[in-house]
Amino acid sequence: MPFGNTHNNFKLNYKVEEEFPDLSKHNNHMAKVLNKDIYAKLRDKQTPSGYTLDDVIQTGVDNPGHPFIMTVGCVAGDEESYEVFKELLDPIISDRHGGYKPTDKHKTDLNFENLKGGDDLDPNYVLSSRVRTGRSIKGYTLPPHNSRGERRAIEKLAVEALTSLDGEFKGKYYPLKSMTDAEQEQLISDHFLFDKPVSPLLTCAGMARDWPDARGIWHNDDKTFLVWVNEEDHLRVISMQKGGNMREVFRRFCVGLQKIEEIFKKHNHGFMWNEHLGYILTCPSNLGTGLRGGVHVKLPKLSTHPKFEEILTRLRLQKRGTGGVDTASVGGVFDISNADRLGSSEVDQVQLVVDGVKLMVEMEKKLEKGEAIDGMIPAQK
Amino acid sequence: MASSFTRILSSKRNVGILSLVGGSVAAGFLLHREHVTAGEPLRRRYPASAEYPDLRKHNNCMASSLTPAIYAKLCDKATPNGYTLDQAIQTGVDNPGHPFIKTVGLVAGDEESYEVFAELLDPVIKERHNGYDPRTMKHPTDLNASKIQSGVFDERYVLSSRVRTGRSIRGLSLPPACTRAERREVERVVVDALSGLKEDLTGKYYSLTLMTEQEQQQLIDDHFLFDKPVSPLLTCAGMARDWPDGRGIWHNNEKTFLIWINEEDHTRVISMEKGGNMKRVFERFCRGLKEVERLIQERGWEFMWNERLGYILTCPSNLGTGLRAGVHVKLPRLSKDPRFSKILDNLRLQKRGTGGVDTAAVGGVFDISNLDRLGQSEVGTNHSMWRITSIRPSVSLKFPIC
Repeated sequence: MPFGNTHNNFKLNYKVEEEFPDLSKHNNHMAKVLNKDIYAKLRDKQTPSGYTLDDVIQTGVDNPGHPFIMTVGCVAGDEESYEVFKELLDPIISDRHGGYKPTDKHKTDLNFENLKGGDDLDPNYVLSSRVRTGRSIKGYTLPPHNSRGERRAIEKLAVEALTSLDGEFKGKYYPLKSMTDAEQEQLISDHFLFDKPVSPLLTCAGMARDWPDARGIWHNDDKTFLVWVNEEDHLRVISMQKGGNMREVFRRFCVGLQKIEEIFKKHNHGFMWNEHLGYILTCPSNLGTGLRGGVHVKLPKLSTHPKFEEILTRLRLQKRGTGGVDTASVGGVFDISNADRLGSSEVDQVQLVVDGVKLMVEMEKKLEKGEAIDGMIPAQK
Repeated sequence: MASSFTRILSSKRNVGILSLVGGSVAAGFLLHREHVTAGEPLRRRYPASAEYPDLRKHNNCMASSLTPAIYAKLCDKATPNGYTLDQAIQTGVDNPGHPFIKTVGLVAGDEESYEVFAELLDPVIKERHNGYDPRTMKHPTDLNASKIQSGVFDERYVLSSRVRTGRSIRGLSLPPACTRAERREVERVVVDALSGLKEDLTGKYYSLTLMTEQEQQQLIDDHFLFDKPVSPLLTCAGMARDWPDGRGIWHNNEKTFLIWINEEDHTRVISMEKGGNMKRVFERFCRGLKEVERLIQERGWEFMWNERLGYILTCPSNLGTGLRAGVHVKLPRLSKDPRFSKILDNLRLQKRGTGGVDTAAVGGVFDISNLDRLGQSEVGTNHSMWRITSIRPSVSLKFPIC
């Protein structure tokens, strides 16, 4: 929340013990790492735009978490948050991203030609393919912190960039606050429309402020490339289509992203990126590639196999229901996607999805014939 | 610890006293000076016109009064604690309102908000409180319950009686802006004072973070337990931050005097009982309030109050007395009369369902309470409640009761 900067200075009149949050019932990454020493060290700091430690952790204080799901419990308000609050964020990043160290370097690879295969996933099982990521525009603060003026400037820049695209990327922008009923209906039927966040994980971080001001959806005429503006990140970029041709989805994803990035660079506003954390996004869980590449795949037999979870873990994949995160699967159809974001490249992660899903479909076919799959269970990738 | 609080208190007390005595100019000067010495934000600045909210689809008091000119004037200001205009109006920007219900659409983060942002708050107060002008008018406070003559209702119709108000502790920020330390301080100050209540007011505190399962169940059964706010009107104003830290419920052993701590205000004070003896409910209310005030003053604290605005609370709609006195009353026939709304209007009363604001009436039982908060004293407000007894005879004439 954009408190005046004097608010943080005012808090310093109180001792650390008096201000330190009660995290005794909490189970999120922030609560595991934050102690009074770190709090004491960082409480008087601010990023140049005025984002403070209490701003970073508010969502984690307000949402103790779930005993089984480990949420992150903190957000960045701007690019500099990851520097100024390193002492808190580095251990959280390490915890969340498999031991990633402050000295590690992240590899970015958006060259779709480096992907092997991916165009032959069986469409009898793989119903749809999708790749999404996020991008933040350098020089602006992030959704938890930005003011209306900034958010509008981001929208303006994004729309300018997107409407200049042509060829397969020619499309149109639909601002949330002025779309017609007919446009809204269409976007809902296409499963494109995003709604005001209701999850307290997001609302407590201030990301729904001023809704629906400066929020909108852009998509190409073919309805295969979609950009969300000012939802949880500045931009969420999505490439998708029915069927199992993940290779084509990834190609369009890479090409489209690079075209957009070129345009932003020309306006002197490239994307937030550095060689340690890759692409900088609001939630620390989305650092690195920010990429979630996945398919909706029918696995009614494999999903009930006792080794299903273990297979997913070894393949470095995760499952979700067909409604997205925190939903149940319907009719044995699962959303299977990469689990990693930081420490491996875009090509690496999509490769894991392509190879892993191919294997799982073969396992499903074997199980249909009543055959065992023990010999097929992979080693840990 | 005590000395650092005293230091903070004395600087804020000076501001408070200045605004009482010297008016807004002196307070404004002192506040502006404090703001400047606190340091200019290095944040990228957009002109006010780029930051002005889009209020075209809005229907709340804030949207009616916030012109681009007022926004431009106030958007760079902050109270000494750092509360800004954008924060004050955030709830009104996020909640456009309902075509039939006009919400207020802004909150105060501290006592000084009412001064620093007066140019917006004064017209909002005027609209919400029937033309009351804080610049020229004075609000009367009268908690002398002995002035109430009647006030005992027919228990065949009046099922329960209740009076509630809020009180804020001067020197500490209000729920939208308070830090965790401030909120905990409010809890300590109030709980400490309440432990000094005696006789029929003797009671116990139940902290939301520490209460046992049984205590929680009992409080639910007594209809005392308040929950984390879910209404976006409150959550968008930041009032649910750090829940349930620093929140709790105190009630007397007889369960007729109840105090909520750190919900929408520092304290909400409630006196209630079954049946129609509003006179006794009000008497206990006044007595209890005065005792609590005396006890906190003994410890060097006081309530936020001034003669322009009466008791200072988070929502401008609760200024003045902050008082809602009401009954649950069976009016199955009268409520169906087409003139019901007009009758209520003329008596300066409002109806709600038995679940409180925004609920439906069940079984013809309505929650009837006063409309006004600012411009009329507590005693005066209660007198208007008694007028509902005048409806009773006319009802029995027109609608014979079987």
